[in-house]
Amino acid sequence: MNKKKTSNVVRFNKWGYIFLIPFFLVYTIFSLIPLLTTIYNSFFENYWSGLSEIGPTFIGIDNYVKLLSAPEIWIYLKNTLIMWIGGFIPQIVIALLLAYWFSDPSLRIKGQRFFKTVIYMPNLIMASAFAMLFFALFSDAGPINQILISLHVFSEPFKFMNSVAASRGLIMLMNFLMWFGNTTILLLAGMLGIDTALYEAAEVDGATASQIFFRVTMPLLRPILVYVMITSLIGGLQMYDVPQILTNGRGTPTNSTMTMIMNLNQYLTSKNFGMGGALSVFLFIVTGLLSIIVFKINSRKED
Amino acid sequence: MNKKLVCVALTATMAATLLSACGSSAKSSSNGKVLNISAWNEEFKSRLEDHYPGYEVVDGTTGKIGDVTVNWLITPNEENAYQNRLDELLLAQEKAKADEKVDLFLVEADYAVKYTDTDYTLSIKDLGITDDDLKDQYTYTQDVVTDSKGVIKGTSWQGCPGVMIYNRDIAAEVFGTEDPDAVQAYFSDWDKFTESAGTLKDAGYHVISSCADTFRVYQNNASLPWVDGNKIQIDDNLIKWVEDSKALYEAGYCDTFGQWTEDWNKGFYPDGKVFAYFGPAWLIDFCMAADVEGSVANAGRWGAIEGPQGFYWGGTWICAAAGTDNADLVADIMKKMTCDPEIMKEIVLQDNDFVNNRPVMEALAADTSYSNAVLGGQNALAMFCAGADNIDMANLTAYDQGLLGDFQTAMGEYINGNYATIDEALAAFYTAAETRYPDLTH
Repeated sequence: MNKKKTSNVVRFNKWGYIFLIPFFLVYTIFSLIPLLTTIYNSFFENYWSGLSEIGPTFIGIDNYVKLLSAPEIWIYLKNTLIMWIGGFIPQIVIALLLAYWFSDPSLRIKGQRFFKTVIYMPNLIMASAFAMLFFALFSDAGPINQILISLHVFSEPFKFMNSVAASRGLIMLMNFLMWFGNTTILLLAGMLGIDTALYEAAEVDGATASQIFFRVTMPLLRPILVYVMITSLIGGLQMYDVPQILTNGRGTPTNSTMTMIMNLNQYLTSKNFGMGGALSVFLFIVTGLLSIIVFKINSRKED
Repeated sequence: MNKKLVCVALTATMAATLLSACGSSAKSSSNGKVLNISAWNEEFKSRLEDHYPGYEVVDGTTGKIGDVTVNWLITPNEENAYQNRLDELLLAQEKAKADEKVDLFLVEADYAVKYTDTDYTLSIKDLGITDDDLKDQYTYTQDVVTDSKGVIKGTSWQGCPGVMIYNRDIAAEVFGTEDPDAVQAYFSDWDKFTESAGTLKDAGYHVISSCADTFRVYQNNASLPWVDGNKIQIDDNLIKWVEDSKALYEAGYCDTFGQWTEDWNKGFYPDGKVFAYFGPAWLIDFCMAADVEGSVANAGRWGAIEGPQGFYWGGTWICAAAGTDNADLVADIMKKMTCDPEIMKEIVLQDNDFVNNRPVMEALAADTSYSNAVLGGQNALAMFCAGADNIDMANLTAYDQGLLGDFQTAMGEYINGNYATIDEALAAFYTAAETRYPDLTH
């Protein structure tokens, strides 16, 4: 009797493993193997000069030394973080506000479905198309300059792409516009998952709207918030498409919009797998560290 | 006929032995059913469709010559995509099935050396193209595709000498004449160019759209190649371009747009208030919006002068890929499209291209019945012919394309005032260049 029971359990376990196979197979082929080969490649000198391959020669950690001792990588990391944070702060603030309004039954916002669709729309446009659109809008003879001149804000065209603040600002604005809708939907889902009885209880106890938001909504929203922050961080560190298209891959002006992945793309002109690998591993470690920090900060109070 | 057969047989064996000596098993044979042509735009395709005898269009990417199917592998240039695909195809050439091997591919001067200085391209003489066939071509077009051992590895149907293309209406208003000879006197060297730019500015015009316009002029007149061994070197003439451009921009004589942007293009229309562009025949005919109502080109109000210095810009060369299974057809296409005076004359008359055949071009230059509508009926061919004879292309390296781009980006930032000194800009250039080409140093 006892024996039979165990075999039943084993049989169910077997099906569990079988259903997990597709995920692990896909993960191994498309994530794990590339990850390991990237690490492996980063210890070799290996690139193409024209049509002939140089290497692969094992050179230990030379690629890392070369990468991290040059000032550029730190500038690119700084650029990436500045442009991520600059886009993320307005994104999370606006998204929280919108999600709060949408989820508050006492406000009874009309046409919610319409607004939710509209704010999500920018995310449906390809980042490259979005960047090209902005490039045309903000070019020297573009409509924005024409409007500003006819309003007498400027007497001659302002070169947006030639100013560090303006070009970084445009990239932040684009990332904000593209992602705030997505964040709103995520936070809204989190807020709708909170038991309304808690709000009612808080109201009965005489809590103000802001007290309810900070004392009830925010703590219960924390898991979703952590998820949003970490996914945004990962996406932000891998920022590529918008600045690449906006500056034609050059990170102008003075490399101030050059991100880590744009730098990686430069290495790929000569298929420099060694340096490219080292850069990717460095980015992987930075992402990991920052994710741990974000996670720790956000979950500290719960312990 | 018999002689030709023997000739082909001999060259084929020669090519085969040569190649096997190089340790490559790529043999060229001549009975393939599919001719694969790798290109980055439709230009050569339309030339072949219009001028190669017996070419039939099947659909957008295929054609037929006799019983051979012509398959076009067209990949755009952007982000190096064309070269990336071509590299992959060539590296896999040995293992590819006969019908999938690349037979013919196109290259530009900026990176031609990358391909011609390898065993992946065939010597055109081995294909059966003789010195006699090539005698009428401009020498520079052969220098571009001559490898380090002195073997010619490709050929071109066009020449791209450039001229200074000026707006006749502005010339008439500012200088009181629109006659090319009279206008040339105002721009015959760089000092006069700057002086006249000042006159134009006072009248509310920019002499050129962007300082990027003159880059090719200075660069072609440089005496050092970009790379010596594996050390990047910068010719004095390039530094002169930077200094002159900075002076022009700061004096308000021109702007700093990137070429091909909307801002740069606006001088193609009268409202753009741009006096001149620098460019070869293809710029005049294909890029200056000649078919758009209201453009300067549409009204035929451009004129051409030699300007301060001669230069060339662009051009397309055709190379035969080692391992081709259609060697005869490839050789015939090269011969007909780049050596046959009748076909080449047809190309000039029909497409206004500047072809790579001295007698044809000189005859047309002397022909008063030939005129270019965009240039207000001017026959600028004599000017182009003189330019083509003076082009010197001995200085090419395999790295030119990337270095040219990175240099212009870094220096553009200096001209714009984002870098305080040339040295800062040079440091940025070296960083970008050495990231792109790890084998280079400075």
